[in-house]
Amino acid sequence: MSFIEFHDLTHCYNQGQENEHKAIGGVKLSIEKGSFTAILGRNGSGKSTLAKHINGLLLPTAGSCLVDGKDTRKAEELWQIRRQVGMVFQNPDNQLIAAVVEDDVAFGPENLGMEPEEIRLKVNAALRAVNMAKYRTFAPHLLSGGQKQRIAIAGALAMDTECLVLDEPTAMLDPQGREEVMRTVQKLHEERGITIVYITHFMEEASVADRIVVMDKGNVAADGTPREIFADVPGMKKRGLDVPLAAEVAWQLRHQGVKLPETILTEDELVEALEAYTCQSN
Amino acid sequence: MSIELKQVSYTYMPKTPYEHKALDDVSFTLAEGSFTAIAGHTGSGKSTLVQHLNGLLHPECGQVLVDGVDLANSSKTGRQAAKEARNKVGMVFQYPEQQLFEETIAADIAFGPKNQGLEGEALVKRVKEAMELMGLDYAAYKDRSPFQLSGGQKRRVAIAGVLALRPKYLVLDEPTAGLDPQGREDLIQTICHLRKKWKLTIVFVSHNMEDIARLADSVVIMNHGQMAIKAAPQTAFEQVELLQAAGLQEPQMLHLLHRLQAVGLPVKTDGIQLEDGIRAIKEALSHVK
Amino acid sequence: MLSNITIGQYFPGNSILHRLDPRVKVLLLFFFLIEIFLFSNAVAYGIFSAVTFALMLLSGVPLRMLLRSLKPLWWIILFTFVIHLFSNPGTPIAQFLLFTVTWEGLRMGCFISLRLVLLILMSSLLTFTTSPLKLTDALESLLSPFRRFGLPAHELAMMMTIALRFIPTLIEETDKIMKAQQSRGADFTTGNVMKRLRNMVPILVPLFLSAFRRADELAMAMEARCYRGGVGRTQMKSLKTGAIDYLAIGGFILLTASLIGVKVLA
Repeated sequence: MSFIEFHDLTHCYNQGQENEHKAIGGVKLSIEKGSFTAILGRNGSGKSTLAKHINGLLLPTAGSCLVDGKDTRKAEELWQIRRQVGMVFQNPDNQLIAAVVEDDVAFGPENLGMEPEEIRLKVNAALRAVNMAKYRTFAPHLLSGGQKQRIAIAGALAMDTECLVLDEPTAMLDPQGREEVMRTVQKLHEERGITIVYITHFMEEASVADRIVVMDKGNVAADGTPREIFADVPGMKKRGLDVPLAAEVAWQLRHQGVKLPETILTEDELVEALEAYTCQSN
Repeated sequence: MSIELKQVSYTYMPKTPYEHKALDDVSFTLAEGSFTAIAGHTGSGKSTLVQHLNGLLHPECGQVLVDGVDLANSSKTGRQAAKEARNKVGMVFQYPEQQLFEETIAADIAFGPKNQGLEGEALVKRVKEAMELMGLDYAAYKDRSPFQLSGGQKRRVAIAGVLALRPKYLVLDEPTAGLDPQGREDLIQTICHLRKKWKLTIVFVSHNMEDIARLADSVVIMNHGQMAIKAAPQTAFEQVELLQAAGLQEPQMLHLLHRLQAVGLPVKTDGIQLEDGIRAIKEALSHVK
Repeated sequence: MLSNITIGQYFPGNSILHRLDPRVKVLLLFFFLIEIFLFSNAVAYGIFSAVTFALMLLSGVPLRMLLRSLKPLWWIILFTFVIHLFSNPGTPIAQFLLFTVTWEGLRMGCFISLRLVLLILMSSLLTFTTSPLKLTDALESLLSPFRRFGLPAHELAMMMTIALRFIPTLIEETDKIMKAQQSRGADFTTGNVMKRLRNMVPILVPLFLSAFRRADELAMAMEARCYRGGVGRTQMKSLKTGAIDYLAIGGFILLTASLIGVKVLA
């Protein structure tokens, strides 16, 4: 069942003015409930613009965006959509509102008008889910980037979100922070079936998704499983992107005459394939 | 001529409940013409460390010698020495585009050399030179507003603003953070080109082990304010446990090659660039056959 | 790393004063300050001083820290004392050149300075025992009745919350921008006032730009989390008035009664 549907979605910034800029043009895409979709694309390819449509932070200038059957252009449904779709942005500093971690996580439920006792339960559960319960009373500016992003995720979980849209959540983090965020997102996807839309510049992160959508010049340039997408090494490079190391090594070896399967994506698979290759030739 | 750190220690907010020792007895030398990478997780002390290199911070104890002049002293002479050192040691902070402030690109880049006392023809020449080094066409860009550029271009303008000081040493704090793969690659190429052209001594703070392996001839790994490793990248990457303790990982190619060795494929690990790795694997494969 | 700076002077603890409902604290402080001005006889000031001292001990905040809050205002207190010392006509005690010190002057000087000291100490007690966040909640709650007259109580409180959250971030950012411009040879310490002001431009422009960008992103993040103003909003930590609060109010009424008693008897 599709959860998010883009129907010929177009977005122009400053429409009708002289600095009009068409960020996306006619995107057709549907994202399944409970799926993990990674969106790749160079800066300016329209991926952030696309993401901001999912919970109505931007409204289409043409076409439409449906979330769980509801149209983001209808003001009365927008409220419900935002409850179902949580957003995590790139800069961890600019999305935490309160000066204490637990107050920040409570911000969403408070906006929904929940009862104080219920909010408290939701906040505690959300903090446990991202493994940050210990930092309940900390000030956000004393946390690391990875911890702040986990708090942002908890803020969405406390509203019982069904879908997380993460817009380059790891771009400003160090390797440890990146791993923390990635692990948290994967866990929430696997254990709670939360639908994930994950925008990133890191190919390794995208390879754990079950689907990759490549954006280029405001439209979908490629759409498939990580295996399919990363098998097209020249295509990815042409779009200013990259492929995970194992996929690239396999591709290069294949092109230099080493007979390896065409679907190698991870290091494990590459090691296994090379091991099998040497056994065969013996 | 070199930058020399001798037993440098630094504590933030000493004698308060927030006291935090950020650097603990760090010593090393940055020889002229070298390319040194500094790596470590957030809070390992690497940012504090680089701020000592041009006297933005004065060590609590120890010495920082830039071409033999000590910047350690926080007194008037030390501050003067630090100011002079800033003409030699260019510092590009993380997300440097956030420090742009002038109306035009040329004016922003001219800020540094103007502070050095340059004016007129000489100033224009400096600005032009710095822009061209960063791949920004002078005529096309000089009168444009820096704020209307893309993120990658803004960063180039900001780096040009530091290069316009004509430094001997250039410190880059995670210069590729937040860029897309193409932007990262382009900037790395520019840095390589810069180094060749100007024989700059470069200090490069990065988390990216691939970039470090590719660029640096020596790497300093920081952990809890101490220098955990200082060695050539090849040697440093072999110390997997120390790397992991510092919150870092060995380069992916090296990891792959090590795993292939473990399953009995006799690959060499003397080069870890993509081409090196592929060559090593092919060699090993033909060897097995 | 300026990020460790705490806002205000909150001293974490769990004393009775810490546990009081911040609204009760703010209101009682307000009335206490009025009473200091209303009752100006020696006995009343004795009582005020005793109450203040007792509360200081109760708060669990080190006395040294509390007294330090007087430091910035020390000169004003001394100045007020000296002015009153010389400017009141009455029975002279001593003569300095053209100035005469009188008994009345000495008495007045003592009163006024003591009044200032008590004012400062009591206000500091509030900020030492109440976190800025609780203070914000208290102000929102106390100001909400004025909403019907158009006072944006919720918006004011939200502004304060965001300010508290972002002050450390902006301080850190200022530090970074300053260092970046210093690395390009900027100088913020020499020259006359005009020159120094002009030298601030390379810091202020990036700082404002970044603050606007932050504001923009924050607004988007708030909207994404269903924020639509104070309407229909609840609070996880709603303020509750409990037994100790009624006790405190009772104590205050008793204090007021005895002050009136003293005044009537005198």
